Amino acid sequence: MRVEIDEPKCVASGQCVVASPEVFDQRDEDGVVIVLDAAPAPALHDAVREAAAVCPAAAIRLVLE
Amino acid sequence: MDTSPTATVPGYPMPRAAGCPFDPPPAVEELRAAPLAKVRIWDGSTPWLITRHADQRALLNDPRVSIDDRRPGFPHVTAHRAGRAHSTPRMVTNTDAPDHTRLRRMVTGPFLVKRVEAMRPAVQGIVDRVIDDMLAGPRPADLLTALALPVPSLVICALLGVPYRDHAFFHHNSSRALDRSLPPEEAEAAGQALIGYLDRLLREKLADPADDTLSDLGARVTAGEMSHDEAVHMGVALLIAGHETTATMISLGTLALLRDPGRLAALRERSEDPKAVAGAVEELLRYLTIVDSALRRVALADIEIGGATIRAGDGLLFDLAAANRDPDAFTGDPAALDPDRPARHHQAFGYGPHQCLGQSLARLELQVVYGTLYRRIPTLRLAVPFEEIEFLPDGITYGVRALPVTW
Ligand code: HEM
Ligand code: SF4
Repeated sequence: MRVEIDEPKCVASGQCVVASPEVFDQRDEDGVVIVLDAAPAPALHDAVREAAAVCPAAAIRLVLE
Repeated sequence: MDTSPTATVPGYPMPRAAGCPFDPPPAVEELRAAPLAKVRIWDGSTPWLITRHADQRALLNDPRVSIDDRRPGFPHVTAHRAGRAHSTPRMVTNTDAPDHTRLRRMVTGPFLVKRVEAMRPAVQGIVDRVIDDMLAGPRPADLLTALALPVPSLVICALLGVPYRDHAFFHHNSSRALDRSLPPEEAEAAGQALIGYLDRLLREKLADPADDTLSDLGARVTAGEMSHDEAVHMGVALLIAGHETTATMISLGTLALLRDPGRLAALRERSEDPKAVAGAVEELLRYLTIVDSALRRVALADIEIGGATIRAGDGLLFDLAAANRDPDAFTGDPAALDPDRPARHHQAFGYGPHQCLGQSLARLELQVVYGTLYRRIPTLRLAVPFEEIEFLPDGITYGVRALPVTW
């Protein structure tokens, strides 16, 4: 699984950080998403899928490899 | 579909069923099962009512859907808000991208997930102190004024830099500014009182800055990034949104649990399990959906959805409670309160770019309250029969006038 972000869409809600703190963080100055791990281990996939599902801006895309 | 003037368009808001104070109006749930339909609001206009979870997500995140309340066709909540639309400065709550993105990023700092999480010990301290005071006070007590209002008010006051000693003033005027049953002049006067109050506070912060959000907004005014008026209105929005909603979630949620002692006991036993408490909070947010007056938008272009064509200029109402009871979106029986249900994708905080700015803070406060109150006061119970509790159907949020409890 590869995690892609459509950054201009991100509204800095932090929902992804709550769902999957291992994979997502927020920029200090404006809260915009940062991907910490673009190729997360399988054990994290459920949490990453939840992050994509709760993102209010549909800014997280998961590419299955 | 029949759009002739003789077709009957149901009025909105719709009444709840007698004896079912926690359930959305039956007529709203019926509309969810039918093709997309229009409703008639206070000024006689007929916006669309969006009730399905999937339709709400698609439209609330669609750039062809605007929150700009000065556009013709925008379905205002009240005559008061309609009258003010053109004199209200531009804020997060009435702008689309890119203005919205600019304004919102100015206030995301204090609401970052990690900054909010760092407040957990302070919030726990506040909740413990408020419960100590309640236990030391008279019985029965009104849970609303003894706990539900003080907790979020103390938190938002500390975050913004508003003196808590003024709480009687801002509680009173916030609830009046949002009360749809008041004459427009009175709601307007309450709103103006809050604006005047925040204006004075912002001037004090400009002269003597502190480590708080109002001072940060003041610094942005000085730097020319936002106007003084924009900062004042942002302060008012944060002060009102920061206490009314969370207070309602604490009181209404406690009432729902007191009426369902098995669930309350189960939650109490799992008070020390953060995941269980967090899950229960999400389910309560879904089940209660306290934002009662639909979210408002206007279409900027023709949009095909749900078998209907929304035309440019049509108003859109999003009934969040209807989406949160949508059987296509939630497992099991959505009409039941079930803390074990996966509910994180609920719409209680809205969806899209305007989704609640304060949601992480609200979640933190609710997790601490729900994880502490029933553990510290295991014998908490209603001090009056359930039937005597008075619900408030005319606010932006749906709550109770008072919650008499004893222990
Ligand atoms: C349980 C408590 C809360 C609930 C249920 C709630 C619900 C909502 C909802 C549904 C919206 C979306 C409005 C729309 O799209 O038109 C919203 C927006 C907002 N909320 Fe909350 N809220 C809560 C707590 C808070 C708190 C604690 C704060 C601030 C400290 C806050 C600040 C805001 C702000 C500033 C917006 C406007 C965001 C924007 O338009 O970009 N809310 N809230
Ligand atoms: S959940 Fe979506 S909008 Fe929110 S911070 Fe993450 S990517 Fe951005």
